[in-house]
Amino acid sequence: MTMPTLLPPQLINPLLLQMIAMLPLLITSATAILVMLFIAVRRNHWWNATLTVTGLNLALFSVVWVGLIVHTVGPVQVTPLIVVDGFSCLYMALVLGATLACATLCHAYMEGFPGNKEEMYLLLSISALGALVLVCCHNLASLFIGLELLSVPIYGMIAYAFRLQKSLEAGLKYMLLSAAASAFMLFGMALLYADCGSLDFSQLGQDMSMGIKNPVELAGLAMMLVGFGFKLSLAPFHLWTPDVYEGAPAPVSAYLASVSKLAIFAVFTRFLIFSQAVHSGLLLHVLAVLAIVSIAIGNLLALMQNNIKRLLGYSSIAHFGYLLIALMAGAISFEVVSVYLVTYVISTLAAFGVVTLMSSPYQGKDADALHEYRGLFWRRPFLTAVLTVSMLSLAGIPMTAGFIGKFYIVLGGIFAEGTDFGNLWVWSLLAALVAGSAVGLFYYLRVVTTLFLPSAGMRRYDAPRDWGRRFGGVMVLALAALTLIVGLYPQPVLDVIRLSGETPRHAGSQQVHYR
Amino acid sequence: MILAWLILIPFIGGLLCWQGERIGLWFPRWVALLSMMLTTALAVHLWFDGNYNLMSGLSAGPQHVWQRELHLPWITPLGISFHLGLDGLSLLMVLLTGFLGVMAVACSWREIQRHVGFFYLNLLWNLGGVIGIFLALDMFLFFFFWEMMLVPMFFLIALWGHNTPGGRSRIYAATKFFIFTQASGLILLLAIVGLVLVHFHATGQLSFDYQVLLNTPMSHSVEWMLMLGFFVAFAVKLPVVPVHSWLPDAHAQAPTAGSVDLAGILLKTAAYGLMRFSLPFFPHASQEFAPVAMWLGVFGIFYGGFMACAQNDIKRLVAYTSVSHMGFVLVGIYAGTTMALQGVVMQMMAHGISAAALFILCGEIYERLHTRDLREMGGLWSRFAVLPPITLFFAAASMGLPGLGNFVGEFLILLGSYKVAGTVTIVAAGGLIMAAVYTLLMMQRAFYGQARTSEQMEDLNPREIATMLCLIVVLLVLGLYPQLVLNTSAAVMANVQHAYSSAAALPVLPTAAL
Repeated sequence: MTMPTLLPPQLINPLLLQMIAMLPLLITSATAILVMLFIAVRRNHWWNATLTVTGLNLALFSVVWVGLIVHTVGPVQVTPLIVVDGFSCLYMALVLGATLACATLCHAYMEGFPGNKEEMYLLLSISALGALVLVCCHNLASLFIGLELLSVPIYGMIAYAFRLQKSLEAGLKYMLLSAAASAFMLFGMALLYADCGSLDFSQLGQDMSMGIKNPVELAGLAMMLVGFGFKLSLAPFHLWTPDVYEGAPAPVSAYLASVSKLAIFAVFTRFLIFSQAVHSGLLLHVLAVLAIVSIAIGNLLALMQNNIKRLLGYSSIAHFGYLLIALMAGAISFEVVSVYLVTYVISTLAAFGVVTLMSSPYQGKDADALHEYRGLFWRRPFLTAVLTVSMLSLAGIPMTAGFIGKFYIVLGGIFAEGTDFGNLWVWSLLAALVAGSAVGLFYYLRVVTTLFLPSAGMRRYDAPRDWGRRFGGVMVLALAALTLIVGLYPQPVLDVIRLSGETPRHAGSQQVHYR
Repeated sequence: MILAWLILIPFIGGLLCWQGERIGLWFPRWVALLSMMLTTALAVHLWFDGNYNLMSGLSAGPQHVWQRELHLPWITPLGISFHLGLDGLSLLMVLLTGFLGVMAVACSWREIQRHVGFFYLNLLWNLGGVIGIFLALDMFLFFFFWEMMLVPMFFLIALWGHNTPGGRSRIYAATKFFIFTQASGLILLLAIVGLVLVHFHATGQLSFDYQVLLNTPMSHSVEWMLMLGFFVAFAVKLPVVPVHSWLPDAHAQAPTAGSVDLAGILLKTAAYGLMRFSLPFFPHASQEFAPVAMWLGVFGIFYGGFMACAQNDIKRLVAYTSVSHMGFVLVGIYAGTTMALQGVVMQMMAHGISAAALFILCGEIYERLHTRDLREMGGLWSRFAVLPPITLFFAAASMGLPGLGNFVGEFLILLGSYKVAGTVTIVAAGGLIMAAVYTLLMMQRAFYGQARTSEQMEDLNPREIATMLCLIVVLLVLGLYPQLVLNTSAAVMANVQHAYSSAAALPVLPTAAL
């Protein structure tokens, strides 16, 4: 299929091609710097927010253009650190889309914030830049750069409402633990480099796919897994998740749950799948155990929650457990992972969006207690519809995008490479998926039911009356509509994902063709 | 396209009801009634328009022909299409759904006063989802509708249900219903995807289509596992006894329309699924599993019967009678002879109508007496004029009185099963005695004996009498001239029987063939 590129590739100077491929990164950096300068010149919430959103939108359009180019000419290597291919373009688009969603939520939320509001957008842009680097990275060095660029601004964003004790505590907790996880990751990288002699993913992967040969390699891999496990809040590295989700301001929790996880899982996928490292048997078994434990812990601990942000935090632990199952699906794992991440991001942003709108404008503590939502349907029916659709989507009920994601995971698990029905690992993972989903139903339904009960007594929180006409409200409604549309007619999304996986890649990875 | 309309009319009607509530409380009611009447009319039109006994002339084994079909691509890379199809069995089920839908709307006319529009949205979407189940010919689409009908039912029970004082709350009942059905649904999903995988390995073609997946070659153990996966999901819905515990709670706490929907239609989706999917896909495994299934059915008949006798809540009593009647259905399905299968179809239709009627009557008693406790009732015959005789009529139907549809169903099932499983049939026939016991117990405790007071209670109003008359007439027609129904489903049942029993003649694939 030939696509228009607006630039005949034969005439481009390779340097120019690299610069074009880097365009999203360049535009986002420019946005961050411009926002910083603008804050210095004049403080104005609306102008800064608009500047950020415009810059990110420009970056998003440039991703589409770069995507078309990459589809024709193949992956573009920009310095040994970064590769821009179909996978990167898809995830860059997702990251930017999710960041834009969080920016609209920030705008609604920060209206009432006492103190400086504009720095939130600066931190958001820098963090988005880090996420963009992460999804393009092909080298341990750029992995670390992207990781730190992503995480450090998040420390600031979580502790933004520092006058609230919970926020400051959450920020400090995340900073200390994240720094420790980064240290683990760095040590692991060093050990892997010492063993393999290269920082590049494909070299490392080829080295590891023959099997783990010596303790140095094993220790390196284990340490990197610890680092990743922390960032993705996989059990048993999940202990920070509920506290940080609860303490952070609602739009920051949204960002943490969507973009941060998305970018890190993308680089995790690239590290394992594209570099063939996932074919080493020991790694698969370790991932399977992590998956089962995460599913169990995430779902069981969410049962007792009556704080909606903590509940969403625990549910995200379970969701990433389900996602790990996808990594074992062999040839189609890339597609399964992407479909699930898309549906997860849509549902999570919708859920956190409602929580943010309920807490907007900022008035101290967020509206995160479940009883604040009691009887919301009778006051705000459409907002309730959004939260209901997002809860049902997270639970995996058909007609929602979440079901498509779960269905793909089941497909991935059952079609897993080399499977025969005696394969105990595959069946125990699928059993964990079924059991986890069943348990998950209980707490998702509890939230949904609470929304519809007749409310008793006074409520302190409510979304503003005209929430539907403001940007945050429109975005949240659009997300709910997207959840339903993707659930009923997923074909376009699946086509885009398939397209992004079909670009010619580095040697060593397979392509999948269906009939 | 007409098949798509069968599903779309309830959906669009539901949306209109929800938004139309601001016009006035009368608007959603009338829109709901008209939508379901339109759906029923469409189904009746399809009934008269189609030729359902095409198969009787063929000698070389029946070929399955769909009267109407709709085939649209949906998710092509995975082989999933939007495939709807109508044959005799689906038509009868759709007719039943439409008819009971009209009854459900009619009986909730005055009962539901709060958030009427949203109530009818949930009711109509549930009915639309159920019609989708009966028409779906693509496994993914079937599963989609299977899960989709749960959410509106959950809301119906949770928001408009009753709380029994001193008992469980309606939220508990709704959650239990949802989790049971959803968890078993996930097992069904695994089985469906497993079946698709087996087909893919055998033929290289990835498809979720019913016709394509039939006759998939598979090894013995694989067939057993997939059959069990399908069976678990349908067993929870039917309900088969170990996993039936959601049913009494759901019925007791649901509003009347919800109970009509649940007992009349939702339980039938499980029997439909067994006949349409489980038996044709896995004939060998089903044959071997048949004794287990039939004894489970027999156990259900007696367990339901005994539990019914012990109930004090009249709605729970009728709920347990549903468990008992569905036991007969399970026996009939796994007997697999044409006569037994025809009996199953009759039983599904007749039980749907009689159970729906009984629940409507329970709801009407509750509206007047404000209690469902049998210990508070007694001597009601003298306090109502029309209600008790009608209840006696439907109780007699439930008991299996000849002349009414239930008798035909049970009789055909027992007659059809005797040849293949004599002992099971003899024991199951004992269940008929249980039916008499619990029915007469219910009638005696509620309507006969000493009345608490002698004040006359407000009797059935014209709307309710009209509802009951419709149900009475249909049940009588089913009982006195069942050939109408049997003609429509004959070809389909012959097909199922052919697939099921020819499995005994075919060699089982060795395990290595996979």
